[in-house]
Amino acid sequence: MKRLICSLVAVFMVLCAGWAYAAEPIKLGVAGAHSGELRSYGLPSLEAAKLVVSDINARGGILGRKVVIVEGDDACKPEVAANVASKLATDGVVAVLGHICSGATKTGLGIYRDANIITMSPSATNTDLTLSGAYPNFFRTIGSDDYQAKIITDFALKKLKLKTFAVIHDKADYGKDVAESAKKYLESKGARVVLFEGITPGAVDYSAIVQKIKRSNAQMVIYGGYHPEAAKIVMGMRNKKMKTLFISDDGVKDDTFIKVAGRYAEGVYATGPADTSKNRMAIAASEQHKKVYGSDPGAFYLNAYAAALCLLQAIDKAGSTDYAAVSKALRSNWFDTPLGKISFDKNGDAKGIDFTVYQVQKGKYVELGK
Amino acid sequence: MDYFLELFFGGLTRGSIYALIALGYTMVYGIIELINFAHGEIYMIGAFTAFIVASALSLCGMSGWSLLVLSGAVAMIYSAAYGFTLEKIAYKPLRKAPRLSPLISAIGMSIFLQNYVLLAQTSDFISFPSLIEEFSFMENVTVMRSTELVIFVTTAVVMVLLSLFIKFTRMGRAMRAVAQDRTMAMLLGINVNRVISVTFIIGSALAATGGVLISSHIGQINFYIGFIAGIKAFTAAVLGGIGSIPGAVLGGLILGWTESFATGYVSSDYEDVFSFGLLVFILIFRPAGILGKSSSEKV
Repeated sequence: MKRLICSLVAVFMVLCAGWAYAAEPIKLGVAGAHSGELRSYGLPSLEAAKLVVSDINARGGILGRKVVIVEGDDACKPEVAANVASKLATDGVVAVLGHICSGATKTGLGIYRDANIITMSPSATNTDLTLSGAYPNFFRTIGSDDYQAKIITDFALKKLKLKTFAVIHDKADYGKDVAESAKKYLESKGARVVLFEGITPGAVDYSAIVQKIKRSNAQMVIYGGYHPEAAKIVMGMRNKKMKTLFISDDGVKDDTFIKVAGRYAEGVYATGPADTSKNRMAIAASEQHKKVYGSDPGAFYLNAYAAALCLLQAIDKAGSTDYAAVSKALRSNWFDTPLGKISFDKNGDAKGIDFTVYQVQKGKYVELGK
Repeated sequence: MDYFLELFFGGLTRGSIYALIALGYTMVYGIIELINFAHGEIYMIGAFTAFIVASALSLCGMSGWSLLVLSGAVAMIYSAAYGFTLEKIAYKPLRKAPRLSPLISAIGMSIFLQNYVLLAQTSDFISFPSLIEEFSFMENVTVMRSTELVIFVTTAVVMVLLSLFIKFTRMGRAMRAVAQDRTMAMLLGINVNRVISVTFIIGSALAATGGVLISSHIGQINFYIGFIAGIKAFTAAVLGGIGSIPGAVLGGLILGWTESFATGYVSSDYEDVFSFGLLVFILIFRPAGILGKSSSEKV
């Protein structure tokens, strides 16, 4: 028995030594909503990261080292995001692709900043994340809420020539940010905001707020938030035979919204990243997704694909995984991505990325342009 | 005036749903002094069952009221089975344990059932078919919708039937006896286990009814709907006096109206502030709830 234990220990030690000799893999954290009701926003990013990483590994990795993905599921909840961030930091990830929701990203960022980990989100659009200057480690491959709100209000004022608005949000970081920016832009252009209110996400029904919108006689509802509540409000309005227009942000520009709201979704406007269907890399990335996962890619897939490429290429260009070197590489180089040629400004916002307005027509989002 | 009426009926609808769920909380509490935190999940399971059955039946070409009644009935039976099993698995073995144990067990079952539906079904929101048809005579009525009418008529009927059941049937009398004194009831030959099972079955069926009705009113469901509805219904039960059946209905309606009017006349930012503020206010003056009787702890 003793011999057996001795030999087991010996084998174990040899194995350990073997591992130590092989080059340490580069760990890339991928965090976001991989479960829960908002997973349709998070899973495509994980899939994108996996495809990019397997491509890069097939070509020999970066800096002669393999890349491995460390997954972190925050279910879009800030309190869970803190745990996920600590775990990733302890695991020694070099960079994090994520998180998905702005609230969760904000919680994670402080932890990553203190651990010198670069974080790049494909979807967190909260204005403060970049413009507050509090998170020098933060980058993103999507436009900010403020920018999105500007696109929404420009579209409503210039294209649709509307004058009265009801601005509704879901009281969470992301929705409120869009709503407040929209209100600011509307008022600066002389339009009237007749109603500005937050609703409770997940409430049993929204009939009271629908009545209030009806009474306010707004021509259009601008909603900041995600698709479950948007669907309830739109369905409530249409059931009350209200024809008030409805525009929202990219939290609603997801096919799940159309699936849930069905025929009531017709005519709803939403902003989202500009169409990249003519970009060669975007076509290739989508094809790859279809081949591997057997379906069309979901929300933020291309943004995440671009983010993963930028992060890994920046490490390659920097020649090391050092925090300062990689963030300098991100800011000083232009990267070829499915979103076009992009780089990052001093705040971490991507240069070369655009938003546009979509409308649901015959059960599909159709690009209308700005 | 129209605005007031619209808010009134909106609140009535919401309150009716709270009341239907609160009835289950209050009946269970009345009999075994347990707060059944998994009750909201039974409501969610009811909605999911109705969704599945309705989808299957509409594939077979069924539509209209028969679809609503049939899928509603299946949902009630299925949820009742869940309620029955829940009690047997999670609460019965703990009946003699300290009061905290079944409470923890209830929270555990709630988490389990949520995740069970999450894994077995989906985490996405699903579009729920509008099973309640629009009445033609309601066409010119602008202040309320047919679904709202159906919801509170159903609640009223259920409430009356339940009161009659508890007042006039043998089982109802047995329930009241067990609620008063379980040991004494047992000594007098009442099958306490059966009474408790029946309580869970009725409460679960009512929750399923609420789930089916509100889902076809709103048009979407997911695995998480039971949590918030459950919390609100629990608040309603406490507000009305937990253990009291008319109290649960009254509490539900008051809560529904408070939320609706607070949103309508003040701001929806403070919807929950108003409803829970009201709860605190009432508990200060009537610690046992509006219709609850304060009784000293049984020795």
